Amino acid sequence: MKRTLMGVAAAGLMAFGLSATAAEMKAIDKASTTSAVRSGFSYAISETREMQTDDIQNPSFLWVDIGEEQWGTVDGEAGKSCESCHGNAADTMANVGSTYPVWDPATKKPMNVELRINKCRAENMKAKPWKYESDELLGMTAYIKSVGRGKPIHVSLKDGDMEAWSKKGEQFYYQRRGLLDLSCAHCHEQNPGNLIRAETLSQGQTNGFPTYRLKWQKLGSLHRRFRGCNNNIRAEPYAYGSDEYLALETYLAQRGANLPVEGPSVRK
Amino acid sequence: MKVRSIFGAALGIALMAAAGTQVQAAGLVKYTVVEHPSIPESLTKGDPVRGRAAVINRQKGNCLACHSIPEIPEEQFHGEVGPVLDDVGSRMSAGEIRMRIVDPKVINPETAMPSFYKLEGLHRVAKKWQGKTILSAQEVEDVVAYMLTLKGSYSN
Ligand code: HEC
Repeated sequence: MKRTLMGVAAAGLMAFGLSATAAEMKAIDKASTTSAVRSGFSYAISETREMQTDDIQNPSFLWVDIGEEQWGTVDGEAGKSCESCHGNAADTMANVGSTYPVWDPATKKPMNVELRINKCRAENMKAKPWKYESDELLGMTAYIKSVGRGKPIHVSLKDGDMEAWSKKGEQFYYQRRGLLDLSCAHCHEQNPGNLIRAETLSQGQTNGFPTYRLKWQKLGSLHRRFRGCNNNIRAEPYAYGSDEYLALETYLAQRGANLPVEGPSVRK
Repeated sequence: MKVRSIFGAALGIALMAAAGTQVQAAGLVKYTVVEHPSIPESLTKGDPVRGRAAVINRQKGNCLACHSIPEIPEEQFHGEVGPVLDDVGSRMSAGEIRMRIVDPKVINPETAMPSFYKLEGLHRVAKKWQGKTILSAQEVEDVVAYMLTLKGSYSN
């Protein structure tokens, strides 16, 4: 799993990357085209798909490597690493990507993977929380999602006020906003598959996040994507980890139920 | 028709007049919507060449984001969200086109098309865009003038 920046660049130059996950790509494709719910993957051009399905070419694995490295690194006053408590991530974290956000009784809010990681850092490791969008937090989120790849998304609304938060997210989704006066639904419910100038609109599903966007030349979180969409329609964005985006994330997990976890994915 | 609002305080004061509904917002040119709906009188004099540029410009009309316009073959990317705009100049009157651009929600409340000359009724507009319309009255008329030149049959 260890790769260097040089290694990735070199691999990118290889005409034929390892296609060990071609079967996985087929599976995602099948799930995507046979159901009404479709991953952004199924709207992407083949070059982008191939970049995603080949772990060697997939640039987001630079961040997965950062996460894997951090997993075993002791940090904070408690003198612990993630591994000290959770052992082998491939065993203990396999169901995280497909089941988050979950209810957090302490904050009385839904908690996504990023917030869960920082809660562990603050409370159990006595370490400084990582900043949203830092390479460390993106890396750990990507690593944790990567060990659950392929699992169907199923976020439960049974606990706490998850149902009400999902409803709030639904309201957000259908609310027109910004100077362009568009709701998420105008693009992602009414127009998936259609071009908006040079971009092919998708259903705006969340199963691929964090995602390496070629436009960003970097891995980015779901909340970064929300902020980007809000900016595009000239609406004031909300903060990373804000209540509004947590509600939206919770709702979108319902819209994307049963899509396979793809994170970290590659998108245009 | 260049009557500016003297009611600075409130936005979007609609006055019922015998001839139609006058729409007046602080800082915007007043206009009248007649049954149909349509805005028959121009806000100011338009120029089709400038209109064409505004239609392409991503910071202005960016109409190509949603519409394919065959008369603009030199632009590589045309959107598919709205209908192809090829012959609107022969199908629609200036008033209908003006209504469509100024505030298409009057025609179809559910439409994805933005209201290009409207300030009120918007939610969470980004700070740097507050109090601004997407197009100025001049730009609206320029785009209307350009749309009126679209009469179909383009070789490209
Ligand atoms: C966000 C997408 C979007 C943008 C941007 C947009 N439109 Fe539209 N437009 C639509 C849609 C969708 C329709 C279809 C009718 C409806 O929704 O009511 C439409 C309809 C129209 C029509 C009526 C066409 C017909 O055949 O009846 C005209 C004319 C038009 N648009 C012009 C423009 C112009 C000019 C601009 C740029 C200043 C523009 N549009 C920008 C989405 C858009």
